[in-house]
Amino acid sequence: MIPVLVFTPLVTALLAGLGGRAMGATAAKGLTTAGLFLSAALSWVIFSQFWLEGAQGYTVPLLDWIRSGDLVVQWALKVDTLTAVMLVVITSVSALVHLYSWGYMEEDPSQSRFFAYLSLFTFAMLMLVTADNLVQMFFGWEGVGLASYLLIGFWYYKPSANAAAMKAFVVNRVGDFGFSLGIFATFLVFGTVSLDAILAAVPQHAGQGFSFLGARVDVMTTLCLLLFVGAMGKSAQLGLHTWLPDAMEGPTPVSALIHAATMVTAGVFMVCRLSPMFEASVTAQAVVTCVGAVTALFAASVALVQTDIKRVIAYSTCSQLGYMFFAAGSGAYGAAMFHLFTHAFFKALLFLGAGAVIHAMHHEQDMRFYGGLRKHIPITFAMMTIGTLALTGFFFTAGYYSKDAILEAAFANGSDHARFAFFVGALVALLTSFYSWRLVFLTFYGAPRWAGSEHIQHAMHAHGDHAHGDHGHDEHGHDEHAHNDHAHGHDDHGHHAPSTGTAGYHPHEAPWSMLVPLFVLGVGALGAGWLWHENFVGAHEGGEFWRGSLAFREPLMEAMHHVPAWVIWTPSIAFFLGLAGAAYAYLLRPNVPAAWAKTLSWAYDFLTHKWYFDELYGLVFVRGSMALGRLFWVRGDQRTIDRFGPDGAAAVVAAGSVAARRFQSGYVYSYALVMLVGLAAGAGWFLRGGL
Amino acid sequence: MPILSIMILLPVVAALVLATLPAGPDAAGRARIVALVTTIVEFGLGCVLWAGFDAAGAPFQFVENLPLFAPYLAWHLGIDGIALMLIVLSVFLMPLCILASWEAVQKRVPEYMAAFLLMESLMIGTFAARDIFLFYLFFEAGLIPMFLIIGIWGGARRIYASYKFFLYTLLGSVLMLVAMLYMVNIAGSTDIGVLSRFDFDKSVQFWLFLAFFASFAVKMPMWPVHTWLPDAHVEAPTAGSVILAGVLLKLGGYGFVRFSLPMFPDASAQLIWLVFGLSMVAVVYTSLVALVQHDMKKLIAYSSVAHMAFVTAGLFALNTQGIEGAMVLMLSHGLVSGALFLCVGVIYDRLHTREIARYGGLSDTMPRYALLLMFFTMASVGLPATSGFVAEFLVLIGLYQTSTWATLVMTTGIILGAAYMLYLYWRVAFGTAAGDDTRAMPDLSAREIAILLPIAVAVLWMGVYPSSFQDPMRPAIAAVVDRVSGRELATLPTNMTLTPALPTVVAPTAAEGATLARTHH
Repeated sequence: MIPVLVFTPLVTALLAGLGGRAMGATAAKGLTTAGLFLSAALSWVIFSQFWLEGAQGYTVPLLDWIRSGDLVVQWALKVDTLTAVMLVVITSVSALVHLYSWGYMEEDPSQSRFFAYLSLFTFAMLMLVTADNLVQMFFGWEGVGLASYLLIGFWYYKPSANAAAMKAFVVNRVGDFGFSLGIFATFLVFGTVSLDAILAAVPQHAGQGFSFLGARVDVMTTLCLLLFVGAMGKSAQLGLHTWLPDAMEGPTPVSALIHAATMVTAGVFMVCRLSPMFEASVTAQAVVTCVGAVTALFAASVALVQTDIKRVIAYSTCSQLGYMFFAAGSGAYGAAMFHLFTHAFFKALLFLGAGAVIHAMHHEQDMRFYGGLRKHIPITFAMMTIGTLALTGFFFTAGYYSKDAILEAAFANGSDHARFAFFVGALVALLTSFYSWRLVFLTFYGAPRWAGSEHIQHAMHAHGDHAHGDHGHDEHGHDEHAHNDHAHGHDDHGHHAPSTGTAGYHPHEAPWSMLVPLFVLGVGALGAGWLWHENFVGAHEGGEFWRGSLAFREPLMEAMHHVPAWVIWTPSIAFFLGLAGAAYAYLLRPNVPAAWAKTLSWAYDFLTHKWYFDELYGLVFVRGSMALGRLFWVRGDQRTIDRFGPDGAAAVVAAGSVAARRFQSGYVYSYALVMLVGLAAGAGWFLRGGL
Repeated sequence: MPILSIMILLPVVAALVLATLPAGPDAAGRARIVALVTTIVEFGLGCVLWAGFDAAGAPFQFVENLPLFAPYLAWHLGIDGIALMLIVLSVFLMPLCILASWEAVQKRVPEYMAAFLLMESLMIGTFAARDIFLFYLFFEAGLIPMFLIIGIWGGARRIYASYKFFLYTLLGSVLMLVAMLYMVNIAGSTDIGVLSRFDFDKSVQFWLFLAFFASFAVKMPMWPVHTWLPDAHVEAPTAGSVILAGVLLKLGGYGFVRFSLPMFPDASAQLIWLVFGLSMVAVVYTSLVALVQHDMKKLIAYSSVAHMAFVTAGLFALNTQGIEGAMVLMLSHGLVSGALFLCVGVIYDRLHTREIARYGGLSDTMPRYALLLMFFTMASVGLPATSGFVAEFLVLIGLYQTSTWATLVMTTGIILGAAYMLYLYWRVAFGTAAGDDTRAMPDLSAREIAILLPIAVAVLWMGVYPSSFQDPMRPAIAAVVDRVSGRELATLPTNMTLTPALPTVVAPTAAEGATLARTHH
């Protein structure tokens, strides 16, 4: 069953990608979507086996991969509870995103390519979570990176999309650099890359040390931190987060699937998969906790001032990933996975909902040109509200259970770093509530502000054109080029004066293929927490549910239920404060935000520049390496090596080369001559030596 | 059947036929057919070799020994797994090169084809030779056809390029020849097998190592003697670049594994700092230089230098993973960089410029081409499931056991490699076409697909199931590892070593640590 589940998306991706032209877009879309629904169905079967029937984990070996000396790497599919949870998340969201893309990508000329990439991504992600060794995990890791690169750059005529795609790949490679070194070091210490063997041998190696530059470094800390660098890259944690907001250049279904629900959570999955290793190093846990907490705070703070609807959600994702990491760092791996699970539902819902809004608003993504949409697209509004309730942790929604579990676990852990994370997490819950409701109020409430949008203006013009010359799809394709080129300008400069009015535009609700996925995800966002929280984080049920697939600390989970009442109430208070703040600033006193931005202009600038990470990296890494490259090329190769090497030798030869001109027939023959002379000399020497 | 001799002589005969046939209007077409048929027959013979090679059998197989001018020079041939795979690589690339030159070369076609055939013969001879002077002859003579190909069918600055090539190579080969003469004099045999088991005095090994190093480092090429390569590639015709990158660059690595490591094991172990140092510089330096190139071929040439640095580092890791990885990397790089040069050739044939800025938007106008270029780009950056990953991964995991610091620096190559290759791909395939002529370029023809597709299949095969390629080489590599293991390693000042569990926190010397690391599992 598991090989069929994993390889169906690969087969359909290849068929659709290579044969898309021959079979036509509809067939390619149908094939990939059907394949994904098959995989999703199988995933739920497997998940229910682990959830309800208490199945034992197993591994299906497929083929030898790399074998060299003591190193043995196999292609194999490993399934246990942890994998089963990931399988359900990946295939369900992917299947829904495939379905959604029928509507969203309807007018795109290369749909079969798009669907092939989506399925290819799903395959790589499935390989990642079913890996039974670190190298296959790395295969999936880089495979999803490739798919992400291709999908971010899907509209390759947009310069901003190309830049974002390349940035995503290269920044992820920085993470992979750490991951690779982690694998090498793990092999050095454990003599194997197989996950089962490594995790079983952790107790033997705990407390060992490397001597490094004369200092002693704990082995397990080193391994965990190196591997964690990989996780930071993939999961966009502070320092390696810069690619994620830019990745929003990709089509919105991609953002929902890859940059919210699945790929970016791979780092969390990795930490949970290797949790026995992290449990053996307090330092590594502290680092994971602090990185997670600081990322959560950073991203939430930046999300406060974003005006692009997708970027708000992207920073929100970054922030929620921080929650997952500090949960893992606090030792509550079950809670981290639980939040990963619920987050997949409500964040995919929010992204797909945002896609429906963007679809309705003719590719306008700037919330300053939205407003009053709840009357025009009520279904989307309802679904977005459900997603927001879940994200902000309203009572009994999915996010309520998982976020509370994380904060309580961080408090119950008791260590300094976990306590720090708790307070940061509580503050972030407040910010989350504020920026999420800000998004809802800016988009769906107030008076329409559409008239200022170039996209809407374009739509009205294009509409007129359509009426005159009936060019149909061709015309629209060109429109899209123009829109997408402009899109970037909006985000950064916001050069339009916001003006009110509808400009005569009528937003329309998305087609059913886009709404059905919203309904399904909406159900998940409301019910998933209530249904599964006992399994994921319950003190007793949790141990039975996970069955050793991650380090489940029962005492910690028990202690979670005995935290003081104010800890339990903190997230809910944060929710209401954030909601009230957003309502005040964006519903009751709409001129307040501008006033705040003015009085706190230094803070506002700091946030709109995203803490200046991009500027710093651009200066140091991009310009720095270009300058070094030029220096090495011109000063190094040309002016030093060549000048004193071959060119210098040539000059010497030329200076005294009257004799050399005898070899007019060319250097080739003289070279052969030198060789023969050499050989002859050698032979003579031999004879003399009396061999 | 003396199959190796046949493989060496058949192209020579074909080349002679081409050179002597009278010129006529159909001479060019005839020469193409003759060359293609010959190279395909050679490929067939190469497959016979591969199929007939018994990995569990004798170390050297298909042995022929004709005491031609014994004791000074014997026609002594034979192959182990290492030689076998490099011969298979050469004969695999050759028909593709002929096909790639099918339309691109219009000037003096019979001579061009003859030069290629001659080169094929000399390359096979280099890998199959078991006599050190026979090896020397093939090794050095193999460059003559390359000089001709660059010098006659090359680009505008072809004279300068081949001149540089010549100067570098001359330096190395003279020193190597002297060393060879000395060795034969001491050991009393020209047989490579005998020499590989002969224990030279340690202080002598040092000088011999350096003499061979001079030659092989140029061929690799290693930093800082790499500057001939970008010029040679830029000026060479497409097929010339393919052979240069695909096979000639492998001569250096082959030399290290066949001569330096087994014949001078102590010197190799003592001089790993030299090799690691140069390799570390090369990876960072040439990758950064590749980042700022405007010329496609130069960019790929610099990337070759970076990849070859992985080969040298892997070889001198002196353990199974490192050397096996280096060998796989040689095969992988032969395929991938060959394919990349072929890809450049495809668009060069259409637009007659290598200037990156003149392209763009090929995903739109040449989707098939863009797909294959993406595939080979990913293979070049070492995406798992391509041959490049298996190779780099093995090299680095082997190197990590010998030197943490070298690995740390070398692994940055995976970041920089991604940067310069994707930047190239972005400028060529994404965006919009630079001009109307760029937009008008037709997609791949059937002939071009027939050239690139087999390489893609091989790259994927080597990436998913590399054992097919590694299995024949294992015994040969084990013999080399056996020869070098246990030698006293150079002390690397900044090495990360594994200490025993608490509480012993005495930092051992690097040499001890490296041994410890090796014996650990």
